[in-house]
Amino acid sequence: MAAPAKGTSRTAQNDVASIKKKGPGALATAYLVIYNVVMTAGWLVIAVGLVRAYLSKGSYHGLYYSIERPLKFFQTGALLEILHCAVGIVPSSVVLTGFQVMSRVFLTWAVTHSVREVQSEDSVLLFVVAWTVTEIIRYSFYTFSLLNHLPYLIKWARYTLFIVLYPMGVTGELLTIYAALPYVQKTGLYSVTLPNKYNFSFDYYTFLILVMVSYIPLFPQLYFHMMRQRKKVLASGEEHQKSN
Amino acid sequence: MKHYEVEILCAKTKDKLCFLDKVDPNSTIGEIKAMFHRSHPQWYPARQSIRLDAKGKSLKDEDILQNLPVGTTATLYFRDLGAQISWVTVFLTEYGGPLLLYLMFYFRVPFIYNTKYDFTTSKHWVVHLACMCHSFHYVKRLLETLFVHRFSHGTMPLRNIFKNCTYYWGFSAWMAYYINHPLYTPPAYGEQQVQLALIIFLFCQIGNFSIHIALRNLRPPGSKARKIPYPTKNPFTWLFLLVSCPNYTYEVGSWVGFTLMTQCLPVAFFTLVGFIQMMIWAKGKHRSYLKEFRDYPRLRSPILPFML
Repeated sequence: MAAPAKGTSRTAQNDVASIKKKGPGALATAYLVIYNVVMTAGWLVIAVGLVRAYLSKGSYHGLYYSIERPLKFFQTGALLEILHCAVGIVPSSVVLTGFQVMSRVFLTWAVTHSVREVQSEDSVLLFVVAWTVTEIIRYSFYTFSLLNHLPYLIKWARYTLFIVLYPMGVTGELLTIYAALPYVQKTGLYSVTLPNKYNFSFDYYTFLILVMVSYIPLFPQLYFHMMRQRKKVLASGEEHQKSN
Repeated sequence: MKHYEVEILCAKTKDKLCFLDKVDPNSTIGEIKAMFHRSHPQWYPARQSIRLDAKGKSLKDEDILQNLPVGTTATLYFRDLGAQISWVTVFLTEYGGPLLLYLMFYFRVPFIYNTKYDFTTSKHWVVHLACMCHSFHYVKRLLETLFVHRFSHGTMPLRNIFKNCTYYWGFSAWMAYYINHPLYTPPAYGEQQVQLALIIFLFCQIGNFSIHIALRNLRPPGSKARKIPYPTKNPFTWLFLLVSCPNYTYEVGSWVGFTLMTQCLPVAFFTLVGFIQMMIWAKGKHRSYLKEFRDYPRLRSPILPFML
């Protein structure tokens, strides 16, 4: 995505630096639009899959299996967003994005996929629905923003629906991890015990408990950060509306 | 002699915080900080950042008022650096922890391992050796803090002590737990591995100490002068020919030696994390050397000869 290097002269470096400061170039923008459109479509597929499965089954139990593959594909695909930040085409913090994406990928693979017994839990549906609605709005928000045609409805939805969706997702995630605990303890999943030649041990059961505990300080911080963002973004948005 | 007037404004709000009149033009910023402290006792000099520009760089304590680009009525900006703690205090605390914690695991103090192992000792001699090496390392660091290092800044922000202690104390407890564990497995290649590891460890400890002495001698007592370090008669300092921060190079080497000696994955993690941090510091130091000294030797890399 970066322009080819033109040697190491100071002026070339300054040009690159100023290009970076202006934001993504035309090529990067085109790529990001495609990326966000594909992701929006992907999560729509998951949404439709959930609705269709619900209608055909007549109940909301065990819907995970009907969207397992696209969920894994599109949620894992979000790892690219870390790369976007690292390369500089998206002006977000690598650490923050990395953390958010990794926590989703962790839930998807290291908990739901790895512990088959939790896949039929209702808590899985809770977080899958929360993620699906959130991601459809989020990716369409990015798409429209990149094209400079952001409908107020999308902006409003992105900065309002989280009020319900975020606690809903967190509840689903925590309940799912909690449901996985007995199976992890029984089978010793992903755990290493002493003695071994690397003198190392890891107890996945304890690790999962620590993960659950970490939600206590982290969730309020992230939630109130979104609240503050909401005040900032919607306040300026309303002024724009009024002037129209 | 014409006296100066100095007004100090808050860098964030531009509020007038302090007005000093009849200031000696030869006053240093340090002396002005002391005067400011008198009118605002909660802001002791170490937590004051005084600059010419609200968003500019901090002025040094040694800077003299009349040499600054100010008129006879000088406007200076103040920023609160937050609660400060002396480097010496931080170093003593962050190094004292690992020394004591490791020994607690070594002596198998109760509540760490199964009760039947309380106050027992390991049957592997490498475990005793590792304890001696680890303890020697931190005793050396404590003594260097007290008698060798000459710090440019007296203080650092208070929250650093919590961050630093978590790192050092956390990692040393984690490593010590496994090395001194009743189910510890000694190195796969036995005696040879441990002997090689010990040689590497000791070599790098001496090397690291030699660099610390060389750096100390660069700077006369009480001075904050900055000079290019060069190799001395001590062969361990000849690494200066190839790297800017050989003290970090030797430090990584010591921990590589300790990893080899204990064959313990947590030690390998600690070595890796330490290396990454020291590499970042070395790169920064290397860059500031290059900026400050036009005749800085081109052959040198930050931390690893020819590589990083």
